[in-house]
Amino acid sequence: MEYRFDIPVSSDKIKKLRVGDIVYISGKIFTARDEAHAKMFKAGKLPFNPSEMALYHCGPLMEKKGKSWKVVSAGPTTSGRMEIFEDKFIKKYGINIIIGKGGMGKKTKKALQKNIGVYTSYTGGAGALAAYHIEDVPAVYWLDELGMPEAIWIFEVKEFGPLVVAMDSHGGSIYREQSQ
Amino acid sequence: MAQKDIMQGIVQLIRKAETELPKDVIVALKHAHELEKGIAKIQLEVMLKNIDVARKTGRPICQDTGVQTFFVKVGLDFPHINTLKDLITDGVKKATVVVPLRPNNVDPFTGINHEKNDSWDDVLSITWDFVEGSDALITAFPKGGGSENMSKLKMFEPSDGIEGVKDFVVSEMIKAGGNPCPPTVVGVGIGGGADLAMKLGKIALLRPVGVRHKDKTIAKMEEELIRRINKSGIGPMGLGGKTTVLDVHIEKAHRHPASLPVGLVVQCWAARKADMIIHADGTFEVK
Repeated sequence: MEYRFDIPVSSDKIKKLRVGDIVYISGKIFTARDEAHAKMFKAGKLPFNPSEMALYHCGPLMEKKGKSWKVVSAGPTTSGRMEIFEDKFIKKYGINIIIGKGGMGKKTKKALQKNIGVYTSYTGGAGALAAYHIEDVPAVYWLDELGMPEAIWIFEVKEFGPLVVAMDSHGGSIYREQSQ
Repeated sequence: MAQKDIMQGIVQLIRKAETELPKDVIVALKHAHELEKGIAKIQLEVMLKNIDVARKTGRPICQDTGVQTFFVKVGLDFPHINTLKDLITDGVKKATVVVPLRPNNVDPFTGINHEKNDSWDDVLSITWDFVEGSDALITAFPKGGGSENMSKLKMFEPSDGIEGVKDFVVSEMIKAGGNPCPPTVVGVGIGGGADLAMKLGKIALLRPVGVRHKDKTIAKMEEELIRRINKSGIGPMGLGGKTTVLDVHIEKAHRHPASLPVGLVVQCWAARKADMIIHADGTFEVK
């Protein structure tokens, strides 16, 4: 099945998604790699509301044009590095769509089931194409401290995909057990 | 003047490597696209579309523009031999701003990402080889982190033999799953000491996709490894399919009687590479 969703997405809609489905999303997403995950846990009050957005495992290549930031290339990074944080992250921030590549482990799989979320895979390396579907960069956080790849970037995306549902809210996973 | 032109040429070389994939890689991806169906086919479709967008718009194919890695064969009579290292470093610095490249230059102790990509605290990853003649040949080989993280070194007992080496390569690639952005190109260095085995693994990746080793025994082993890894069904991006590797390349060196080192180096489907020849008069070609 193929779906087109606006973010935030309701639990009812997330529940419909099954491993192997294709999704295109529109709305706000935020990037966070391992350092940003750790920093968010430590930060206390956040300058943005993650529960209204999808989480994108991505360290983008950005370029400053005048005062505003433009995306040059922004494909996914390896999600496995975030496995040690993700179950707590999903619970704490109410994340229900994760975009990444390579898959995640058992703890995340369980947390997605419990909190009704999905892990979706975007084609790794497809950074130039991804940039095409990012229409705006409304904000960036902790850029000076974390640097370009690790900072939290807020993207406004349109028809971002194809995202393959790789882990669903029913305990399903597309990945072989060995790779987890 | 020649110096500045050469530096600009190096920027051109890096830009080419970051925005255009070599033909052999594209041919292999197109072949895989024909072979696959369902989700695997969609992945290859996105990869091919991305290659097209990157080339047409001059954007780096992947946001991870990699560690700036160079293999240089410099003629002993090349007139700019004294300054070539500085020219490459300056070229990287300039390319970071104008291509642009993502800063991938983190101090392991402070965690600070230095913005210019121009040093690894002094030295870029440049492998030098000195040859006869007055030209210099530079291969730019930007290497992404996701695939590099799957690298492995194993010091086998010689009695484990080549069969042990084969099983190791297959099982490591199955363990890697979707992490290194398959379909990958796998480089295997066999022999030497630990450092040489790893270096040979990386050098193996410079050979064009689809070209077999000239030694028939090694060529046969490459074919066997391709078959066995692709049988795993891991597929493009680990989402299932027939194509987990585009190719496996092996390079060998002789070993110490007591050791059998194996270096495994993995390259993502975006197997980026470009070449540049610089002549004695400072003129150059990037291809």
